[in-house]
Amino acid sequence: MNKRTKTILNQIIRHIILAIIGSLFILPLLWMVSTSLKTNRQIFVFPPQWIPNPIIWRNYPDVFDYAPFLLYFKNTAIIEVACITGIFISCSLVAYGFARLNAPGKNFLFLLMLSTMMLPYQVWMIPLYILFTKIGWINTFYPLTIPAFFGSPLYIFLLRQFFMTIPHELEDAARIDGCSYFRIYWQIILPLTKPALATVMIFTFMGVWNDFLGPLLYLQSPDKYTLAVGLQVFLSQHGADWGLLMAASTMVVLPVIVIFFFTQKQFIQGIVLTGLKG
Amino acid sequence: MEQSRLKRQESIAFYSFISPWLIGFIFFTGGPIIASLYFSLTNYNVVSKPEFTGFSNYINLFNDPLFWTSLYNTIYYAIFFIPLGILIAFVSAIMLNQEIKGLALYRTIYYLPSIVPAVANAILWIWLLNPQWGLINTGLRLIRIEGPGWLSSEQWAKPGIILMSLWGVGSWIIIYLAGLQGVPEQLYEAAEIDGATKFQRFIYVTVPLMTPTIFFTLVTGLIGAFQVFTQAYIMTNGGPVNSTLFYALYLFRNAFNYLKMGYASSMAWILFLIILSLTIIQFKLARKWVFYE
Repeated sequence: MNKRTKTILNQIIRHIILAIIGSLFILPLLWMVSTSLKTNRQIFVFPPQWIPNPIIWRNYPDVFDYAPFLLYFKNTAIIEVACITGIFISCSLVAYGFARLNAPGKNFLFLLMLSTMMLPYQVWMIPLYILFTKIGWINTFYPLTIPAFFGSPLYIFLLRQFFMTIPHELEDAARIDGCSYFRIYWQIILPLTKPALATVMIFTFMGVWNDFLGPLLYLQSPDKYTLAVGLQVFLSQHGADWGLLMAASTMVVLPVIVIFFFTQKQFIQGIVLTGLKG
Repeated sequence: MEQSRLKRQESIAFYSFISPWLIGFIFFTGGPIIASLYFSLTNYNVVSKPEFTGFSNYINLFNDPLFWTSLYNTIYYAIFFIPLGILIAFVSAIMLNQEIKGLALYRTIYYLPSIVPAVANAILWIWLLNPQWGLINTGLRLIRIEGPGWLSSEQWAKPGIILMSLWGVGSWIIIYLAGLQGVPEQLYEAAEIDGATKFQRFIYVTVPLMTPTIFFTLVTGLIGAFQVFTQAYIMTNGGPVNSTLFYALYLFRNAFNYLKMGYASSMAWILFLIILSLTIIQFKLARKWVFYE
């Protein structure tokens, strides 16, 4: 065997191993889509058909007949917009303060903020629920959106790390010219850290889309449900209708996958920096 | 004089900039934390006033068999999920860390499951783990194995949920991949010059340099394991026979189904103490195996 055939063989073996591992990751998703395109009669057969024959699209429009998924989508979108806006404004402001300005008590406050990241959310979940009950926020979007305007320690930390990497010279020059701190933040820091800001916004999007416990606790009437809670209710009503359930699930998963494909770079960077579970 | 004026100005600016977090901390985190500590010492059902009972919630917890069941289930989950997750992610990352065509596609495929939203993921896995028609048992049948009842079996429900978690291990793969790519090329070259085989280079160069990354996933993985909630709530609601009653789920039930807010708060603080002590132990042990430059 000459050297060339050896490298080609080597490459083929590697591809086979990568493909075997890969199939374990991808097959469940393909199975989801495949099931969503079948009638019950096609679903319950052995061995299973991967490509349905014929392909049945009916499950998709049916989902909307059985449950108000467009309304769930609208509710989720409202919460998304509020949270992304809130996180963007609050976290970038706070991160700028921690990254660039000095004041007595700064280190203590920074440590305080980091230490809250270590606490399990259950510790403040109950009093927060009671607080929101007492001020009449139950069954509104406020408990899910207002806190976003007060920052999130993880994202503040991530942005601070980015802001620290920007050279001080730019700011010093601007300060000498009489530029206010806010203008420096707005006109120098923010434009220079667009990728980091994008990462934070994408993660916020994913977090809201994914959130189940929050809406479960705070939203009670079905017209307020988000996609996550709506999907869970849908499961309890159509527990055995797998074609329908997989169609609904596919529609909830799809936007996330689309966003992932368009923003892979920021995404990967964000995971590496925060170690966050996506 | 001018100097101190500038300093004061900067301080005012600092506190203005961080004020969103500071206000949020007082109302949404710090205040609730103190309240939670107080509630944990009371009997409180939201409707009537909290009634101070000292440490009785904590004492009752230790005599509550379901508390121990939930703790056992959670530890079981952590003991299997974390090492297996680390192993799968590490092997996958090594496979992805080579020069080969189509790598970006493989990387995307490996990562994709971990971005599937929790509820959709849970529903998909109820279907995959369906004893008769699910993909898992169908696959096992092809190699002449009759799969278990998974989520309907007291013995197999936890492994089923662990399997599902392992499928979503993609973010660890990405973290490990970044770690592997951060190993300086010179170290491999130096080892090669010294006559190290490929395997030796892996054991003596790659593994030591990856230990901080592995340690990181170990710590965050353990914290995450103790907060598993959504999957169990949707897929099994704790059953069958409490075999998937995880800690966070039992805490949730006490708080929002039985309205035992004080009792649930004491569970939250015990959870905090468990996580804190496990993290401290891990940091202590880390000195023995984590390699710092």
